[in-house]
Amino acid sequence: MVAKRIIPCLDVHEGKTVKGVNFINIKEVGDPVELGRGYAIQGADELVYLDISATLQGRRTFLSLVKRVAKEINIPFTVGGGITDINQVSALLDAGADKISINSAAISNPALIDSISGKYGSQFVVVAIDARVEEGLWRVMSSGGQKRSNRELFEWADEVMTRGAGEILFTSMDHDGTKNGFAYEALSNLCSKLSIPVIASGGAGKMEHFARLFKEGGADAALAASVFHNGEIKVARLKEYLAEMGIDTRI
Amino acid sequence: MVAIVEYGAGNIRSLSNAIERIGGDYVVTSDPSLISAASHIILPGVGQAASVMCGVEERNLTKLIKSLNSPVLGICIGMQLLCSFSEEGDIGLLSVFDNRVVKLKSPGLKIPHMGWNRITKLRGPLFESIPEGEWFYFVHSYAPVISQETVAVTEYGCNFSSALNRRNFYGTQFHPEKSGAAGERFLKNFLNIDK
Repeated sequence: MVAKRIIPCLDVHEGKTVKGVNFINIKEVGDPVELGRGYAIQGADELVYLDISATLQGRRTFLSLVKRVAKEINIPFTVGGGITDINQVSALLDAGADKISINSAAISNPALIDSISGKYGSQFVVVAIDARVEEGLWRVMSSGGQKRSNRELFEWADEVMTRGAGEILFTSMDHDGTKNGFAYEALSNLCSKLSIPVIASGGAGKMEHFARLFKEGGADAALAASVFHNGEIKVARLKEYLAEMGIDTRI
Repeated sequence: MVAIVEYGAGNIRSLSNAIERIGGDYVVTSDPSLISAASHIILPGVGQAASVMCGVEERNLTKLIKSLNSPVLGICIGMQLLCSFSEEGDIGLLSVFDNRVVKLKSPGLKIPHMGWNRITKLRGPLFESIPEGEWFYFVHSYAPVISQETVAVTEYGCNFSSALNRRNFYGTQFHPEKSGAAGERFLKNFLNIDK
């Protein structure tokens, strides 16, 4: 049976790994390739690199970073951040990315999902969705969580799947940075409605949170950043713990 | 020198990076003379059966691949190409292996089968120092059925051949180039197979 995946996420700003809380207050945490290699050795199942540079120079730096990652890291990795057209996607594929992740561009131009999956296969396309609860509905947000869209989480997730997304990376903005646990109920609903894998993000603080996520059928994979970067949770220890809890885990 | 065959399938960079990491020399080529002269030949993965078969025919590589005497490794779609027939596009393939390639029958499970899964019932030199039940990385919706040529089995709602071997021909449904340390061990084992 396929293993539940643990995915450290590295936000990259001008070539350096950084971490913000609730999408703000950014600080540096180290070299992206070295951090990624460390996680791979510890047993991370995949890595995600998100480019949060706002400048053209930053984007070029990111592309050369992707080439370095592809050369040095021996597990699959996804790249995303600021992708708006298929030419950027081709450049990232050529640089060696295994998957790309799109978010705001998918909201403003949903047909981009169809064209990427049509050209490179759905296994290559991850659609990231940031959402928060507003008046009892999960409102999808764009532009790094700063802009409200007119989409609701469940209908949008269903649409991106229909358009050819291979996976969905769902971040609950209400949980992100809190370290109080994942959005279990929403994730469980999402997972039961979709026939593609769901990666859960936002709220990881303790190893118990990951176990609950997988036990409640809430996700195929879990993504986290700060708890891994700070060393509060070691990937290797987390995976041993999940195996002890009877969860299918690659050790 | 390893020849990584360029035949219109994707994922060549992942593979060439992995060969570099384990210290192998390689050339990416569709030139028949370079392929024939190579010590080891790899048919890389990612693609759709019918279009990949088309890519092989366009480059006039059909006969050449079947006649190779050096160790040949097909990865993912590269292995399926060496099978007899694929339900993906209902197309006849190179028939080095007798196996048919069928859509995964995994009721209640997500397709494509994507992520890390175990390989079991391991046989032969490719699995030297790789323990029974080791995890490898998969991304696919179709797979070869089980046969006498099966040298590894994986379960995903159903059992399928995750590796095949016949004479000097080897194939894997998983991606060793993305399978961490175990994948690198596997690729080293392949490069250690002598003609």
